[in-house]
Amino acid sequence: MSPVSDPKTLIAARAAQELYPGEVVNLGIGIPNLIPEHLGADTKIFLHTENGLLGVGPRPTEDELDPDLVDAAKRPITALPGASYFDSASSFAMIRGGHVDVAVLGALQVSERGDIANWAIPGKDVMGVGGAMDLVVGANRVVVTMISTTPSGEAKLVRECTFPLTAREAVDIVVTEHAVFRFRDGSLVLTELLGGATVEDVDRVTEASYTVDLEG
Amino acid sequence: MTATGLITAREAVRLIKTGDTVMVGGFGLVGAPLTLIDALADHSDATDLTVISNNIGEPGKGLGKLLRQGRIRRGISSFFTSNPEAVAAVNAGEMEATLLPQGTFAEAIRAGGAGIGGFFTPVAAGTLLAEGKEERLIDGVPHVLESPIRADVALVFAARADTLGNLWYRHTARNFNPLMATAARIAIAEAGEIVPAGELEPESIVTPHLYVDYLVARP
Repeated sequence: MSPVSDPKTLIAARAAQELYPGEVVNLGIGIPNLIPEHLGADTKIFLHTENGLLGVGPRPTEDELDPDLVDAAKRPITALPGASYFDSASSFAMIRGGHVDVAVLGALQVSERGDIANWAIPGKDVMGVGGAMDLVVGANRVVVTMISTTPSGEAKLVRECTFPLTAREAVDIVVTEHAVFRFRDGSLVLTELLGGATVEDVDRVTEASYTVDLEG
Repeated sequence: MTATGLITAREAVRLIKTGDTVMVGGFGLVGAPLTLIDALADHSDATDLTVISNNIGEPGKGLGKLLRQGRIRRGISSFFTSNPEAVAAVNAGEMEATLLPQGTFAEAIRAGGAGIGGFFTPVAAGTLLAEGKEERLIDGVPHVLESPIRADVALVFAARADTLGNLWYRHTARNFNPLMATAARIAIAEAGEIVPAGELEPESIVTPHLYVDYLVARP
């Protein structure tokens, strides 16, 4: 494998390994949207988009562009053979009802208990939540993909979220450019180092308390 | 109502009165009844409206037009942020905003159309969006009581209708449209194409005509 220099690509490639054949997966905006490039051609993973499609395909060519066919970020998509369309109430019934296996999404903060804040910044507008709350509460597994710090260098894995919460104790896995963390019995565990990082590197950019239990 | 009337967009928007609550289908502009929205902006004086729609259009487009005219008193949405002018209007005190998680928003409309008086959902429990709402532990999990949503008038879009008012939607342009068609006193469907009754396969009809009061042909 060639070395991956871009941290977002590294995170997406690692997060892709958390998805398994046959699973129904909902990908959020940002890094999660880079994941399909790392899934390989025949992964048997079914992508769900909450605006009403199971079976999202690759980006369309210019000839395939269809104004009636978009994802939750309102970007053009295609639908694969075997895809189905449904209304928004059905779509969220699938999510809340536990029929979507995995939600992969970005976050502003994740706390050491698995609380997540990913929809609003205090002091800025708090007027767009979309499907974020439904997804983190409803999906069977919640994978957060995020750069470990804000642009100004503050840790995003924190003791307590200070931003408005999306949900409490909802996160299962966090993939950053340095590490993979898992929540086990409500506690944060560092299970894997990425991109040549050391535990000390991770510690410098992590405010949350965690234990280390490196796999392999 | 079973005898769905075919009317013009101008006639349709006359059914909307000042102070009304209006539901508008579409995910952003995808599947939005743009002919009806334009007619409402250009050929109606109805103001002081409560608008129920996932987004308040885009700047100057769709419901964004109505917003610029200052005719939306209150918006109920899951994502005002897609129109920065809507956010600005709320911050300036020109519009009230009720924000709901998208699944709660959809389910509340479904409940409104289905005669359900409310429902408990785990979504938003313990967050800002649950403030002031009744919470209850169900099987040990905090749930929030949400109320149904109904409107005076629903404006929806369907790619195809038949002359009875049965509706068929295309791709992801379906979204909130079938739900909203059920949840208003008057449901007006804008159709991309209107075919004789009997030409839509009965199994492919998503909205049966009993929900639809008026049809408007998209030009």
